Amino acid sequence: MSQQSDSTLTVSGSGMKRFNSIRQSTNIVYSILFILLAFLCVVPVVFVIIISFSSEASIGKVGYSFIPAEWSTDAYQYVWHLRNTHGIPTVVMAFLTSIGITVVGTLLGLTLISTMGYVLSRPNFKLKKFYTFLIFIPMIFHGGLLSTYVVNTQLLNLKNTYWALILPLCCSSFYVIIMRTFFQTTVPDEIIESGKIDGASQLRIFVQLVLPISLPALATIALFLTFAYWNDWYQASLYIESNQHDLFPLQYVLVNIEKNIQYLANNDMAMSANNNALPSETMRMAIVVISVVPIMFSYPFFQKYFISGLTIGAVKG
Amino acid sequence: MAAKNQKNAQDGGKVIRKKRRFTQDDFQLFLLSLPTTIWYILFCYLPMFGLIIAFKKYKVAPGKGFLWSLFNNSAWCGLDNFRFLFANNRETTINMFRNTIGYNVIFIILGIVLPVTLAIMINHLRSEKLAKVTQTAMFLPHFLSWVVVGYFVFAFLSTDNGLVNRVILSLNGTPVKWYQGEAIGYWPWFLVFLHMWKTVGYSMVVYLASIKGIDESLYEAAMIDGASKWQQTRYITLPMLKTIMIIMFIMAVGKIFNSDFGLFYRTTRNSGSLISVYLTLDVYVFNSMFNNPRPVYGYISAAGFLQSVLGCLTMIVANAIVRKVDRESALF
Repeated sequence: MSQQSDSTLTVSGSGMKRFNSIRQSTNIVYSILFILLAFLCVVPVVFVIIISFSSEASIGKVGYSFIPAEWSTDAYQYVWHLRNTHGIPTVVMAFLTSIGITVVGTLLGLTLISTMGYVLSRPNFKLKKFYTFLIFIPMIFHGGLLSTYVVNTQLLNLKNTYWALILPLCCSSFYVIIMRTFFQTTVPDEIIESGKIDGASQLRIFVQLVLPISLPALATIALFLTFAYWNDWYQASLYIESNQHDLFPLQYVLVNIEKNIQYLANNDMAMSANNNALPSETMRMAIVVISVVPIMFSYPFFQKYFISGLTIGAVKG
Repeated sequence: MAAKNQKNAQDGGKVIRKKRRFTQDDFQLFLLSLPTTIWYILFCYLPMFGLIIAFKKYKVAPGKGFLWSLFNNSAWCGLDNFRFLFANNRETTINMFRNTIGYNVIFIILGIVLPVTLAIMINHLRSEKLAKVTQTAMFLPHFLSWVVVGYFVFAFLSTDNGLVNRVILSLNGTPVKWYQGEAIGYWPWFLVFLHMWKTVGYSMVVYLASIKGIDESLYEAAMIDGASKWQQTRYITLPMLKTIMIIMFIMAVGKIFNSDFGLFYRTTRNSGSLISVYLTLDVYVFNSMFNNPRPVYGYISAAGFLQSVLGCLTMIVANAIVRKVDRESALF
């Protein structure tokens, strides 16, 4: 609070804090508990990384182990050498697909969510009530998997297209409400009024006046979307048939990996010679690592945006 | 809250324009929201109409598409599809409702108790740095997909190479085939554990953010009055967290007929002999659509319809109860 600004307050504040804290023994117990919990959450990732750098022979000897009998980068070399019909490494293709879907989906989602959020935040909009219902009803009622599937495949013809991975996920009422609440609470009406007086259209007001001062909320939503797209395998398992290898995002390669490794191995000319040495055990863990590493290294930086998103979201409509 | 804002804005001089025509401003806003409106119609409202499949006896018309068959070749059959769920297929139906609701009840209770407890505890840690680091680590599982988590589980439970079986072997025990019927008794525990493992860090941070927002002077006053740390928690922290706990509770209850599909489907590797442990409504629908050579669309849609309607009702009821108890905390 005002602790930074007033030095006397800082002293008394921290003194108070020290005085009003838990006992040393309790603190030790709590610290140990949280260190254990933190380990519990991180250890599986480390474990999988270690497995991916073990040799296949080591797995046969000591199983999946934190201390492999032999280290090796075979898994990654094989993953690199697995090519699709165009000669591009399959994993690279899937990685690019995942990135493409994430980028396009996030941008599209941001557009849809922020425009709707802005429109709903305008107090004098004639259709406001109607629109509020429009986004509220899907929050409590939905058509279910089968009818969604039928609409997307039969009516919109999304089957086996990238759009099937992008469109169904790109908007959600929850995000629209977060955005609307942000516009209502942080964007002053005067700015919009001044824009109107200057004769700007609503589109121009939105793009040039409102968006630039809404970057924190946009960043939050963008991150939610980015991680949702990066981690999505469900849409792919619904809408991408298992013979459409070129359309697979990384997560779906993982879903199909048992079948895939065989398929890829059969398809691969360079590898047919030493097919029996295929490190299938370590290879799948290598692909797991490839899909997790970008998240592991990026999320600590973005964590604060998530938290701010959570707290904005907690403000009900 | 929104309604209040709107009223204030209208009171502030715009009352005269209350009954007005559709202005150019309204038209521009309408255009601005048009893409999102179209998205909502295509991806949310059209599927709602698709629920009529539940009341039809679906028959394929050879050479025609699904929709043509549905509208022109399939007779209305009233509630027959629902009768199937409860008469012919009774055991599966009971099983899937029991699992869906059972797991959700456990998840809701643990999902409030554990994160709140941990949030209060982590807030008491003397070292801010330790709190920050452990919190970041515990947040990690939230960012991983169930597919990835499924492989983590596999690394531990794989029959041949899994760490657990290797440890059992080294202790001269008999290894367990974890993904088969013999281990069925363990899986409810595994599923609860995995769900908590993935969600606790995230929920803890939500509650921690609210705890940090509590006015420090309340605690100082309490301390001067001689309140112990436990009393401060009991009489200040918990009451201050009540609203957010209630909101999280309603949202969870509203989803009681849904299940975290990835948890049940991926971590169990969709193993046939474990099905009675993880068969939830979502798994039933997915399995009968994609892993059944002759899917009966009427039944699948009936299950989906029940899920949607019951979910909607529970949400409204939960909200009504909360409204009775504490008007301010109700969601709508």
